[in-house]
Amino acid sequence: MSRMEAADAGRAGAADTGRAGAADMRADMSLVEVTDLTVEFGALRAVDGLSFSLAKGAALALVGESGSGKSTVAGALLGLHRGTGARVGGAVRVAGTDVQAASEEELRRLRGARAAMVFQDPLSSLDPYYAIGDQIAEVYRVHARVSRRAARARAVDVLDRVGIPDAARRSRSRPHEFSGGMRQRALIAMALACEPDLLIADEPTTALDVTVQAQILDLLHGLRAETGMGLLLVTHDVGVAAESADDILVMRHGRAVERGPVAAVLAAPAEPYTRELLDAVPRVDARRTGSPATDEVVLEATGVRREFGRGKRAFAAVDDVSVTVRRGETLGVVGESGSGKTTLGRMLVGLLEPTAGEIRYAGRPHTGVNPAVQMVFQDPVSSLNPRRSVGESIADPLRARGDRDEARIRGRVRELLERVGLEGAHYDRYPHEFSGGQRQRIGIARALAAEPRAIVCDEPVSALDVTTQAQVVALLGELQRELGLALVFIAHDLAVVRQVSDRVAVMRRGRLVEYGPADEVYDTPREPYTQQLLAAVPALDPELAARRRAARRTPAAA
Amino acid sequence: MSGFGGFLLRRAAGTVVTLLAISVIVYVVFYVTPGNVAQITCGPRCSPEQVHQVAEQLKLGDPLYVRYWHFLQGLFVGQDFSTGTSVEHCAAPCLGQSYQTGQQVLDIILAKLPVSVSLVLGAMVLWLLLGIGTGVLSAWRRGRLSERVLTAVTLAGTATPVFVIGLVLMIVVCGELQLLPFPQYVNFSDDPEQWAWNLLLPWLSLALIEAASFARLTRAAMLETLAEDHIRTFRAYGVAERSVVGRHALRGALAPVIALNANNVGSAIGGAVLTETLFGLPGIGQELVHAVKVVDLPVVVGMVLVTGFFVVLANAVADVLYAVADRRVVLA
Repeated sequence: MSRMEAADAGRAGAADTGRAGAADMRADMSLVEVTDLTVEFGALRAVDGLSFSLAKGAALALVGESGSGKSTVAGALLGLHRGTGARVGGAVRVAGTDVQAASEEELRRLRGARAAMVFQDPLSSLDPYYAIGDQIAEVYRVHARVSRRAARARAVDVLDRVGIPDAARRSRSRPHEFSGGMRQRALIAMALACEPDLLIADEPTTALDVTVQAQILDLLHGLRAETGMGLLLVTHDVGVAAESADDILVMRHGRAVERGPVAAVLAAPAEPYTRELLDAVPRVDARRTGSPATDEVVLEATGVRREFGRGKRAFAAVDDVSVTVRRGETLGVVGESGSGKTTLGRMLVGLLEPTAGEIRYAGRPHTGVNPAVQMVFQDPVSSLNPRRSVGESIADPLRARGDRDEARIRGRVRELLERVGLEGAHYDRYPHEFSGGQRQRIGIARALAAEPRAIVCDEPVSALDVTTQAQVVALLGELQRELGLALVFIAHDLAVVRQVSDRVAVMRRGRLVEYGPADEVYDTPREPYTQQLLAAVPALDPELAARRRAARRTPAAA
Repeated sequence: MSGFGGFLLRRAAGTVVTLLAISVIVYVVFYVTPGNVAQITCGPRCSPEQVHQVAEQLKLGDPLYVRYWHFLQGLFVGQDFSTGTSVEHCAAPCLGQSYQTGQQVLDIILAKLPVSVSLVLGAMVLWLLLGIGTGVLSAWRRGRLSERVLTAVTLAGTATPVFVIGLVLMIVVCGELQLLPFPQYVNFSDDPEQWAWNLLLPWLSLALIEAASFARLTRAAMLETLAEDHIRTFRAYGVAERSVVGRHALRGALAPVIALNANNVGSAIGGAVLTETLFGLPGIGQELVHAVKVVDLPVVVGMVLVTGFFVVLANAVADVLYAVADRRVVLA
């Protein structure tokens, strides 16, 4: 262990004291004490000499992009890397337990009882086969010697605490019967069951809509105030960190880049990387600049409606929506999950037929797919065939068009690869050899291959880190200016949409709530729903976040 | 529960449709063959008059769909057979008549069925216990010596023919150690205790073979569920490894095991020929082999239909078990 760094953390004393001494000091010791932590998976050093501490009741956010090692740190706090083949070095002390030296039994007593973890994906993090109440009761009974019945009652209690309506009845539901937000509440309830001193939340809101995210963050905030538990929040979203933590620790390549009080670090970042990270975060108040929008209408939907299901179970995913996209213009479509924005996008491309209404391309009604209208998908991993080289994937639209000349196809694909910022030589590589951002560039190249006049991008950047996100957004803007593309940008992230859009359509339950120039919709929203959405966007300024939180609470209490 | 009731109804309807499809295929395969169908059906030692009679009974002069309808009618409402001197009624699931023995096919099958069902159900209990147990253990102890030994043993199990295991068991247990008498089938209703003792070795040898594939499947499925997120959740909450593996991982791994079991039980009822022959158990498999050897077509057709019926039935039961284990199946 590097003595320098331990000393640098300023709390080396506790780590070096013997076990008996540590027990004596437990009362005034900090909740989490990590000294010179390293975690290695084979040749990869995921965490590289990280030290930090968390005082009782305090909240620290570990912020970093994917691959920065932040989730690995969270796992190390509970000793979750044991038996996985990972090599863990350094010292980790959580709520008085030396995680490195603890026996299996001691570790089990720590896990859940004194330090509980909330995971990112609440659907896959719960057992699909058992009722939610039973799962919470099972965890509770591990740590408390109580009867099954008492544990079940405790489960209903905590579910009620986290705001599950009709908790006694809902506790008998299985995870798939809950909505995403309810599942995350249920996971938090599980964490609360044993009244831990520390809550470790690993990307707790990443899979959720903004309004639900705001509710979950408010819930965490309220619970902290009530129970005095400490919070270690792991997130890639600086906004989420600003909302919920006192201190922030920016990580990169397994090392700490910068740390300090949230407000201070975000207001005046000292390190270039922190600044870069902050600059890449899309601001909900940043206008679009340099738009090449014209008046020539390319794509138009008039009164489109799309139903799924038959008979009694039929419902309209999109209902009476009319939008237009002009040459060189970007139409942003925002809405929460289930609002029908993807269905609208698929109808615009011609992948879905509208049940009623029509799609017009260049002024004429159009049905079926249209080479001039292309699509870029959300998940760049699953939208590329892993068994074919990326060049082959990009060449598909060319071949579909009837191009047979191999040399010409290869040449065109090379051009496209270079156009989106990759190398022509990447033709024969396979998708797994590329990073997420590069794969999205490949998706864009494939869309460009058919020389489209319009591209519908369905959540094109939501799977990417902020810095990569900014690069892809910039690429789309560049292509638009150069080729005069009409873009439809579908996203749940209001800030990204603001950044790229000339006009914005806000959708809710299949209907258009508000539709107009981006600046008008964002600066002076007319509809309460739009206002509510905008208020739920995490603010980068902790003070503003606190004020907004108070504002959100007031109408709820009334 | 209305959703569940609806699911059961849909599943039952699906079973009936599958059975009908099987009956069509079996009929076409056996009765729409080139050559003299009546001669083949009747058997090689039939006189021309008998052949003529059979041709009439099978309505060979009629178009194909009428003949099939006649065959189907026999299955559902029964039919009458004239044996030349008298008319014999063949009741509802009428599978026809063996012209070589003069017996009704259904009677032949019903006489053998208890033996096969006893053999397969008993063996099933053993192979599930052995197979799932070994599979869970080897997934849990993955990478350690005990797992490697288990893997080697199950691999050897898959590779060993049943007559080798059965013979070795018989020679050692019955011959050398004289712990058990050489197996001889005893009816359950006559003496349940003797029934079980006599079937013990056949059960074991059939189960040992089958258990190997269950162990491998269970191990693979367990490793998959053990890698899932919800397993990590329970580990992170201090739930003991025993419960994580036994309660959460196993439950998720059971679906493919149920499916494999359905197929194996269904097909073993008509297909455990080797075990039946080795231990001298007069079951369906042995009878089928005999019927094929002497070209007793009605018996072969009946056996194939009954075997198909058990495979379909076992799969239907498996689907219902699935749905009970995982309610999301009902929604789909």
